[in-house]
Amino acid sequence: MALELVRDKPIDQSPLAIRGLTVSYGEKPAVFSVDVSFRAGQMTAIVGPNGAGKSTLLKAALGILHPLSGQVTAFGAPLDRVRARIAYVPQRASVDWEFPARVIDVVMMGLYRDLGLLGHIRARHRARAMESLARVGMEGFASRQIGQLSGGQQQRVFLARALVQGADLYLLDEPFAGVDAATERAIIGVLKGLRDDGRTVVAVHHDLATVPAYFDRAFLLNITAIAEGPVAEVMTEANLRAAYGGRLGPAQQAV
Amino acid sequence: MGAEFVMLSLTPLVIGVLAALACALPGNFLLLRRQALIGDAISHVVLPGIVVAFLLSGRVAAVPMMLGAGGAALVSVALIEVIRRLGRIEPGAAMGVVFTAMFAGGVLLLEQSAASGVHLDVQHALYGNLESLIWLDGDGWGALLDGQALSGLPPELTRMAVVALAVVLFTAVFWRALVIATFDEGFARTLGLPVRALSLALVAVAAMAAVAAFDAVGSIIVIAMFICPPAAARLMTDRMGGQVAWSVGFATLSAILGYVLAGYGPLWLGYESAVSAAGMIATVSGVILALAALAGPRRRGIAPM
Repeated sequence: MALELVRDKPIDQSPLAIRGLTVSYGEKPAVFSVDVSFRAGQMTAIVGPNGAGKSTLLKAALGILHPLSGQVTAFGAPLDRVRARIAYVPQRASVDWEFPARVIDVVMMGLYRDLGLLGHIRARHRARAMESLARVGMEGFASRQIGQLSGGQQQRVFLARALVQGADLYLLDEPFAGVDAATERAIIGVLKGLRDDGRTVVAVHHDLATVPAYFDRAFLLNITAIAEGPVAEVMTEANLRAAYGGRLGPAQQAV
Repeated sequence: MGAEFVMLSLTPLVIGVLAALACALPGNFLLLRRQALIGDAISHVVLPGIVVAFLLSGRVAAVPMMLGAGGAALVSVALIEVIRRLGRIEPGAAMGVVFTAMFAGGVLLLEQSAASGVHLDVQHALYGNLESLIWLDGDGWGALLDGQALSGLPPELTRMAVVALAVVLFTAVFWRALVIATFDEGFARTLGLPVRALSLALVAVAAMAAVAAFDAVGSIIVIAMFICPPAAARLMTDRMGGQVAWSVGFATLSAILGYVLAGYGPLWLGYESAVSAAGMIATVSGVILALAALAGPRRRGIAPM
């Protein structure tokens, strides 16, 4: 009877719900027993010091890394059933940009779930890819080799590849790392547009100063979860001290 | 010229081209995954397995050979892990020790096998026996339509053709998934692609090509063909499809040019006898890579990872 009760517990309908997630690369855990549910239709920043496990949390939640323990559901279902509704933008530095591919080839990768192994690329697929490129202001670069792009342009191509997936949940790993100011503005514009469309955006972010301007909510993480909620409630001095300890510079403390 | 060509040169040429193709195709992906030396590793590691299979089965046949090679690969993986753990050294060093030791063990076994009368020796393992794969029933181009003459084709040809076909099919069917997983493994995983299985399958296909080619043309070609044509092709184009097409072209060119140069080159230079076709094919592929590195249109410095 007790078992029945546990099973009947209402399932978390959050776009991404993480329960008891622990990941370890060696003896020390990189992420320890994290519980968090990201709010639908909102932009949430995952914030924390270097080595806090921000990227690791994202990768483990997506099944790119294998956690020691923990459960992840997306939209109330196991991850593998709702992959089509999730788009992931990895760190730009995680791939080799000398790979023989053009910008359009990379964006087309986002259509894999529609095309499958042998599906033919049709005009409508190409149009969707071009439309995504236009949304990030890169439509003039479709046949450029990806190695010839600047860091900011590469980041926009990665975002276009996620946009073409037409997902409901966007997970981004440091989308503003090493990009120019124009790209940063373009990316935040696109992300806010997604949010206004009712999509959910979760991004690992390292610049505390821009969190209030860019995001609705923040999730403060340092190996363990510290706080999650609206930016103003989470980014308090006490919480930041708990997350960053003595490592917070004066500029960041001013936030 | 026609009859003599069909009997003596046609089958070695076709086998050489098929072997070069079967290795160059997976080589493209291995190169981009920075696993180019896996072909080298495979051809070293599998030798003792193949020799043991010869000794046990008493014949040169595909199935025991693949089983032996697979067994040897498993043993080497286990050995690498044991040495790495017990010796507490980095994986690279453990691999280096295991690869060379396995190959050396294979060479010793081969010498023992001479006594058992199985047709295989050290030279065969290195250079293959491309020149001896002649088609005695092929007394002219008409023999290609003659069922009885066709049944006299060397078995190496059939074996290599089947393996080459399997490699081509694998590459064609899994093309899109292989490209995505090679470029961005994490993203591929979020698409639900079985990334681990794909990379295992790629190595398995490469191993199959290596083992099949090894018997016909020896390990020198195997090592050269996994790396040289794809590396030269990368310098010619910035598109994946283009790279694979160029690598196929370079592999074919190396096989044909190498075979012809080995057979006639020394005569043109006034020497008496021909040189090893396998050695010459590998040399030609190396020269093509050197030319591409000097003059290829897409040679930029590849950024270190």
